[in-house]
Amino acid sequence: MAEPLVIDVKGMHYSPLNKMIREAVASGVKEIVLNNVLGQRFIGNGVRGDAKITINGVPGGDLGMFMSGPECEVFGNAEHAPGNTMDRGSLIIHGSAGDAVAHSMRGGKVFVEGNIGYRGGIHMKEYEGKRPILAIGGTSHAFLGEYMAGGIILVLGIGHEPAVEDRGIGSGIHGGEIVIRGDVDDKLLGVGAKKVEFTDDDLVRLSPLIEEFCGRFDIDPTPFLDTNYSRIIPASARPFAGKYTWE
Amino acid sequence: MSLGSVPLKYKISIDRDQCMKCMRCVDNCSYGVYRIEDDKILIDSRKCTACHRCISMCPRDAINLKERPVDYRSHPLWTVEAREDVINQARTGKIILAGMGNSVDYPIIFDRLLLDACQVTNPSIDPLREPMELRTYIGKKPSKLEFTKNNGDIDLKTKLSPNLKLDTPIMIGHMSYGAISLPAQLSIAKAVAKTGTFMGTGEGGMHEAIYPYQDHSIVQIASGRFGVDIDYLERGAAIEIKVGQGAKPGIGGHLPGEKVCADVSCTRMIPLGSDAISPAPHHDIYSIEDLAQLVRSLKEATNWEKPVFVKIAAVHNVAAIAAGIAKSSADAVVIDGFKGGTGAAPKVFRDNVGIPIEAAIAAVDQKLNDQGIRNEVSIIASGGIRNSGDLAKSIALGADAIYIGTAALIALGCRVCGNCYRGLCPWGIATQRPELVSRIDSDVGAENVANLIHGWTLELSELMGAAGLNSIESLRGNRERLRGYMLDQGLLDVLQIESMGA
Repeated sequence: MAEPLVIDVKGMHYSPLNKMIREAVASGVKEIVLNNVLGQRFIGNGVRGDAKITINGVPGGDLGMFMSGPECEVFGNAEHAPGNTMDRGSLIIHGSAGDAVAHSMRGGKVFVEGNIGYRGGIHMKEYEGKRPILAIGGTSHAFLGEYMAGGIILVLGIGHEPAVEDRGIGSGIHGGEIVIRGDVDDKLLGVGAKKVEFTDDDLVRLSPLIEEFCGRFDIDPTPFLDTNYSRIIPASARPFAGKYTWE
Repeated sequence: MSLGSVPLKYKISIDRDQCMKCMRCVDNCSYGVYRIEDDKILIDSRKCTACHRCISMCPRDAINLKERPVDYRSHPLWTVEAREDVINQARTGKIILAGMGNSVDYPIIFDRLLLDACQVTNPSIDPLREPMELRTYIGKKPSKLEFTKNNGDIDLKTKLSPNLKLDTPIMIGHMSYGAISLPAQLSIAKAVAKTGTFMGTGEGGMHEAIYPYQDHSIVQIASGRFGVDIDYLERGAAIEIKVGQGAKPGIGGHLPGEKVCADVSCTRMIPLGSDAISPAPHHDIYSIEDLAQLVRSLKEATNWEKPVFVKIAAVHNVAAIAAGIAKSSADAVVIDGFKGGTGAAPKVFRDNVGIPIEAAIAAVDQKLNDQGIRNEVSIIASGGIRNSGDLAKSIALGADAIYIGTAALIALGCRVCGNCYRGLCPWGIATQRPELVSRIDSDVGAENVANLIHGWTLELSELMGAAGLNSIESLRGNRERLRGYMLDQGLLDVLQIESMGA
């Protein structure tokens, strides 16, 4: 196994840093370790391939935007919109993240150990084999899964009872599903979202995801494999149908 | 109580002496106006949209169309349209959807602007005899150039930003595959490749048929992020962030599920038949700082090799917004005026929200000049530009280049019937039905669109020559060469032009 490329990014601007990452991945480097990361934006932006990027510190906004393949593991919190319009690959965040996590994500996985801000998973979408996953260990602020058009959002709500307390869940959702541990108060659902029964089949289907998530963060999965969840799906695939009349 | 029916919008009649019953009208009308019964062509005028497909295909000029064959009691306030809209909404309780651009009879500022020509004191130039420089570069220009001397050689030290090189300042604006058909988009792509200019892909990804022309395309990223991945971004010669559209400022877009066929679904990367919803804002842009972040993110993803445009609707504060965009690392600001076209927009937005492009160009150009940042961004103007006169006036008001949309569609057959949102376009433009789409041959379409661009380019050269200008830079922002025709002082001040005679 080749030695990882280790970069001390203290005081470095994001542009030369990203250039180094892109060139390294293009030249076949499989593992990159970034130390002393502090607010550098766009890490992994548009990078293709199967490299693993370890980020020690707090990356700036748009971590992994347009990324197609690599895994970024963050030992710290993440800023605004990690996983924005991400295509493939994964972000594993050992901390919390800001607003618009996984915005318009179309494939891959974003795992956040802690909490996320507002508009998490907004407008995530799926197509054929591509089904994006956003999984959250803690809780989420308002408008989780707004305009969601596909994929899965899972909220375990560890240390939070109830798991989610903020409103507007799934406003305008027209595809995909939002799964939240425990019961979700009806008044928290956004326009166009509806709550359906979480079945045993759903649990079987989601168990590998729950186990994978817990595995990445050294959490015992047992309590999450034997509990109830709320499943929130679109009330209609055409939320805006019936709103218009022709001239 | 029933409201009954409203009078016919259009009345179709056939001159039976002329008609030879070739049935072309029956075959061509996708709205079902014509049918055959007992060897006779029967007409259902209520279905007519005035698209003129039948009229243009009739070999005997036997079809006649009359608009509003039934009179209402005339009233200056309660126009026919006002009355019929009330009836429509009394029936449905819904938002009225309309196609094409603003249809309110607002004064057209372009028609109140006059261009200049030389007489006696400085000679006009004959473009036949002298070269006219129309080449236009879209993108950031350096505020100064630095050189290094190297053994007698001089090297440019300043790092230049990427620019698009246009042979003519006419580009074709963003009309997505989905909103328009593939042969329509392909016609446009071939036309811009032929004429040395660029087209917008619209929000909807890029169909692989367009790949051969990708070096002439500007890929769009809008709030729905449909069809956007790193391959798409790398394909475009430039990238455009769509924030707003002149026909419907402040709201998003909905491509109805009916228009999401297999090919559109694949290009947009969404399931077949699902609604494609573009939210009103980009939900990762809630401030001018966020916009700068998206601009830079796109540049990072594409190695700072591509210009990034930001398109906004012309709204009241357009100048201040454009100045913010100019400071965001963007390379061009696209301003779309309130007369811009659209496949579908709520009528109340189309007809009431935003400002005309003429005032917006002048206000933005002036603001950027005042702040000393005009070189940071190019200005691309769009929204209701109908001919080379409008083009020349746009440039004289301060635009670097223009986008045309409706004009290019008219070159493909569109007669501005405004029923684009129904997906039945008999010209094969705003539809995805295979039997209608096949009516456009993209080679013929490309020829027509290229002819239009060529014709306007020739006329622009002539107008410039007449004004004694031999380069587009000398026309740009040259408001001295414009005069207002019966415009009020307030507007003259905004446009920074004098009245005629002054």
